[in-house]
Formats: sequence, C-alpha cells, structure tokens
Amino acid sequence: MANVIDELNREQLRTDVPQFGPGDTLRVQVKVTEGTRERLQAFEGVCMRYRGGSVLTRFTVRKISQGIGVERTFLLHSPKIERIEVVRRGKVRRAQLYYLRGLTGKAARIKELRRR
Amino acid sequence: MSTGLIGRKVGMTQVFDEAGNVIPVTVIEAGPCWITQVKTAKVDGYEAIQLGFEETRRVKDPQEGHFKASQTPMLRHLRECRVRDASEFSLGQRLDASLFSAGEKVKVTGTSKGKGFQGVVKRHGFAGGPKTHGQSDRLRAPGSIGSGTTPGRVLKGLRMAGKMGNERVTVSNLVVVRADLDRNLILVKGAVPGPRDGLVMVSKGHDHA
Repeated sequence: MANVIDELNREQLRTDVPQFGPGDTLRVQVKVTEGTRERLQAFEGVCMRYRGGSVLTRFTVRKISQGIGVERTFLLHSPKIERIEVVRRGKVRRAQLYYLRGLTGKAARIKELRRR
Repeated sequence: MSTGLIGRKVGMTQVFDEAGNVIPVTVIEAGPCWITQVKTAKVDGYEAIQLGFEETRRVKDPQEGHFKASQTPMLRHLRECRVRDASEFSLGQRLDASLFSAGEKVKVTGTSKGKGFQGVVKRHGFAGGPKTHGQSDRLRAPGSIGSGTTPGRVLKGLRMAGKMGNERVTVSNLVVVRADLDRNLILVKGAVPGPRDGLVMVSKGHDHA
C-alpha cells in the first residue's frame, strides 16, 4: 500500500521545473496575493541548497537585499511558484553552500560552470 | 446518525491546497464495506449497523453462515456502528469512500502504537528530577509517591511507570481534505492513531448532535 502514497505524491509533481542545483543563480517567480489581486514577484539569488525528493524537494535561494542577506526556501513543486529561471550555472564543490553566509561582495562570487 | 467505514491507515504525506499551502495528510484506505447485519431497537435493543471490511477467502464456519445470510462476500473484519435509525440501511449494502466529501469533519478511531513498559516521563509527561546540583540517578525519577504513616499506603490511580500505547484512541474533528472514489482513499488532515496498515474506523463526526 505504500505505493499508493508514491502515486499520490507523483500526481503532485510539476513537470515544468528546470534542472538546477546548488551554485546556480535562479530567478524564482513567486505568486503573491495582495487582497484579491495576484501578481508575480521575482526572487533572484544563488541556490544555496537543494534537497529532499519527490514532493518534499525544496531549495533555498540566497540574495543580498539592501546589504542584508536574505534566504528563502521554496518547495520545488509548490503551485505558488509560477516559474523558475536559471540565470547562470555555477561551479561549486559543495552540496550546501553555507559558507556563503560568512562572505560578502567579491568573496561571495561563484565561478561559472563552463561546458567543455 | 453516525455511520462510518472501516479502513486501513496507508501512511502520511503532504498535499497542496488551492492556495498553494502545504497540508499534512494521513491517507486512509476506507472501505469498501458491506453491511452484514442491521440491528434494530425492536430486536436487539438498540439501533446499529454491522460493517465488514476486507474480502477474504476463508472464515470460520459460523461466520460463513453470517455472510451468506447478508449475501456479502466473506470479510475479515467486523465492526459495529451505532446509528439513529437503522431502517435507512439495508442488509448487504455496500458503502465506500463516497460516504465522505472534502471539507467534512470526521472521527478516526484506531489502536495506538504499543510503546511497551515506559517510565513516567514518557508515559505521563513528568518533568523528572534536576540534572545538576549534586543529583544522581534522579533524572527521570517519578519523585514522591505519597505521604508517610498517614495514610500509610499509596493512593489508587497514582500515575506510575507501566505499559503504554496499544490502546483504543479516537481523534475527533479531523478534516477530510480529499475523497478519492476511484481508489477508495480518503485524505484526512493531521495524524491518525496506529501504525501504517493499522485498522481504523472512520466515522462521521457529529454523532452527539
């Protein structure tokens, strides 16, 4: 019966999400409801971690907003996300980029992944 | 009237609602159940229906006759369900997940997971003793269990260590998030007593109305 759960989870998965991972720069278009109106809000930053599986897949995006570091975690398959754009592929050697928290400016740059 | 269904707890997962919020749900395989006996106040002294769940090939001989009488398949589990007016139901009637609809509140009864012999901290939520200030062997102790010479005994019902879990537990006011008629599943918001694959009884919530 456990595969009933798998089935239910699979039905909820989105097929329109791009492939990305930690180090990539993303622009996440989030649906924001203001009263009765719904609009899109972009959250652009570096994907700091990507974990989970199936319906639980979630990722954290970090950006520096007005000099303050802001991190936001999204559920990959959430209907609240309109779309995810991959702005830049980054080359990193770690799965969780927590070290970015201690770095600012030039030091917090991530090398771009170049295809061979 | 509080009809219900016998079912099996499949497990937990999460679903998104229309607004995109995550709701933790328990998936219950509810029914199909058959009415194997209708009890009336006239004959039995009270109004109830007897439900059967899960088809099986072999049952004990007396049960076989019982299922023949109700013209239902042979079923593994039988449970009774008190109703206000049993004449609304007919013998051999099949009930499935369509009994429930999204947004409805239900009551789920099951047998909780057995925890074995547990101390007072886990079983009754006692605070235990202090970790520091020269204490030894007092961390999860129950403390004093009564006075001295008067009354000279321990009061009945005092909470102590002992067997925990594996008892009948009912959770009320659980919201049905979705009823999946094709697969006979209902998704209920929140947790439900018992292990995965445990037998549960899902009943309509408002029986005391």
